Amino acid sequence: MTTGDALLEVNGLTKHFPLHADIYSKLAGEKAQVLKAVDGIDFRIRKGETLGLVGESGCGKSTTARLVTRLIEPTAGKVSLKGEDMLSYSPSRMKAARKEVQLVFQDPYSSLNPRKTIMQILSRPMELHGLAASWAEKRERVLELLERVGLGLEHVDRYPHEFSGGQRQRIAIARALSVDPELVIGDEPVSALDVSIQAQILNLFRDLQEEFGLTYLFIAHDLSVIRHISDRVAVMYVGKIVEAGPAAALFASPLHPYTKALLAAVPEADPGKAPPKLTLKGEVSTPIDPPPGCRLCGRCPRELPVCAQVEPPLVEVGDDRQVACHNL
Amino acid sequence: MAEPVLELDDLTVRFRLKRGELTAVNGVSFCVRRGETFGLVGESGSGKSVTARSIMRLIPEPPGEISRGRIAFEGRNVLDMSDAEMRALRGRRIAMVFQEPMSALNPVFTVCDQISDALRTNLGLSKQEARERVVELLSLVGIPSPRRRLDSYVHEFSGGMRQRVMLAMALSCNPSFLIADEPTTALDVTIQATILELITSMIDRFGMSLIFITHNLGVVAHTCDSIGVMYASHLVELGGKRDIFERPQHPYTVGLLNSIPRLDAQARYLTPIRGSVCNMLDPPVGCKFHPRCAHAMDICRREVPQFREIAPGHHAACHLLDRG
Repeated sequence: MTTGDALLEVNGLTKHFPLHADIYSKLAGEKAQVLKAVDGIDFRIRKGETLGLVGESGCGKSTTARLVTRLIEPTAGKVSLKGEDMLSYSPSRMKAARKEVQLVFQDPYSSLNPRKTIMQILSRPMELHGLAASWAEKRERVLELLERVGLGLEHVDRYPHEFSGGQRQRIAIARALSVDPELVIGDEPVSALDVSIQAQILNLFRDLQEEFGLTYLFIAHDLSVIRHISDRVAVMYVGKIVEAGPAAALFASPLHPYTKALLAAVPEADPGKAPPKLTLKGEVSTPIDPPPGCRLCGRCPRELPVCAQVEPPLVEVGDDRQVACHNL
Repeated sequence: MAEPVLELDDLTVRFRLKRGELTAVNGVSFCVRRGETFGLVGESGSGKSVTARSIMRLIPEPPGEISRGRIAFEGRNVLDMSDAEMRALRGRRIAMVFQEPMSALNPVFTVCDQISDALRTNLGLSKQEARERVVELLSLVGIPSPRRRLDSYVHEFSGGMRQRVMLAMALSCNPSFLIADEPTTALDVTIQATILELITSMIDRFGMSLIFITHNLGVVAHTCDSIGVMYASHLVELGGKRDIFERPQHPYTVGLLNSIPRLDAQARYLTPIRGSVCNMLDPPVGCKFHPRCAHAMDICRREVPQFREIAPGHHAACHLLDRG
């Protein structure tokens, strides 16, 4: 794979949050602790592809989404959109770039303004980016969007509270599409939905991708959702990507002990399958001042002496797969 | 087959709200046998939690009202019991684990205080005896160095550990029946696996019966012997684990199973159930599922289908199955 065909490329992306120490520890001269939410991750998303980012709560998935949209500024690292360094953009250039990268959030109850009608919610992004000149043009475009996401046109002048969770998520998706973006980032966009509605929204994501040639960064904690929607998958654990590769291969033969543990823990809706099991010891490690070495140290069933000293880099192991583990 | 411990017969629960009257549970009947694990599955608002809370008589009245039916626990109707009898039942005979331990546990009391409260009230233990028993309970549910954690507050525990504390509290008075209401929904998948293992081992060890409420079909596939599926206040299908997963009969159960993305194969599209759940304040006439059902017939729009046995131990409520 060449860098040229990557729509989004992330190198060494890092976000450290300094934790404010209380006055006593300051007086005692203790150093402030640092929460390493995202700690040097690399990934690429090719045009038209879906990268699934999966991991448990607190692993840095959502922080990653916020970093690549520059809703928060990274501590270090590089984010390139179509080969251009997005972090060096001036505010006005950044504003224009936001048209290319749109976000769909998890909770459609808090991501839509309750005081605005659907017409207002969907036309505002067009106004901000100067995409529609007249009211009539906006109206036409909004109605088109509603139809495209499977909502009746009669809904256009209603308010968000009149809709169910699934319908609201359709509105949030329509809003993301309103500026004709290239990359859509979904931060747990189906997690709050019931399974029958979740399936509808996943199908909608699929349809829209085909129709508009969209590229997705799809974040979820549900492995079967990630398996379903993704072409490639990256697995995160405590601020690091531990394994990445094509979805089919990664799920069929996971290489990293953490990926294996995640898959073994999923209860599949089939009593014939093996019951869920935890193959790791203990609980999730803390991202606050993590010790050197592999983040999975102390939990891993295949630990080597080197694991506690040296952090394993994410290395290519063939077939477009990358793993960060000393014991392969 | 073991004798039934809990029998629900035609349970109907209504709520009188400002916006109108709502039937949250509509004619639900099932039975749980001694040592059996029963999974109650359904999407949000289907009435599964209200069903569970009715068993413990935790429905606030008003606005709620158990308007019809019978809940027999070990042969006695819970709905006829006095408040004193109910207090003797809750915690000691039937215990409950809730979804969100952070809101079910009290943040201003230590873990030891909360658990020993039940022990001292229900079993009349002294403060010191209760403290010793709490240590035993915490180690039973797998909390490391329990003696050191006794005087910790709930916020000092992780999500998985909090759920262990909840379970320790539920087990404190040796109940014979456990109701777990979405106990793993708020947890990460690896933590969920450990909590499921823990619940299953406790059930086996103490020979308890269990009602496990969840929206996750994967979870019941591995924890429950029999399963009831609820949709919009009705129990629509009931059967053994294999009946539900291998021979589902109700179109809703079939739709639910088809909606789940699979880990072992990638389909380009899922087969969702069309539309969305009906407004419970103004439910459709006839079968509540008919607006979403691909097989809806005229009769479905007029009459509520009868819940009846379609094969030994396998029940469903659908007009399609009545055609003979």
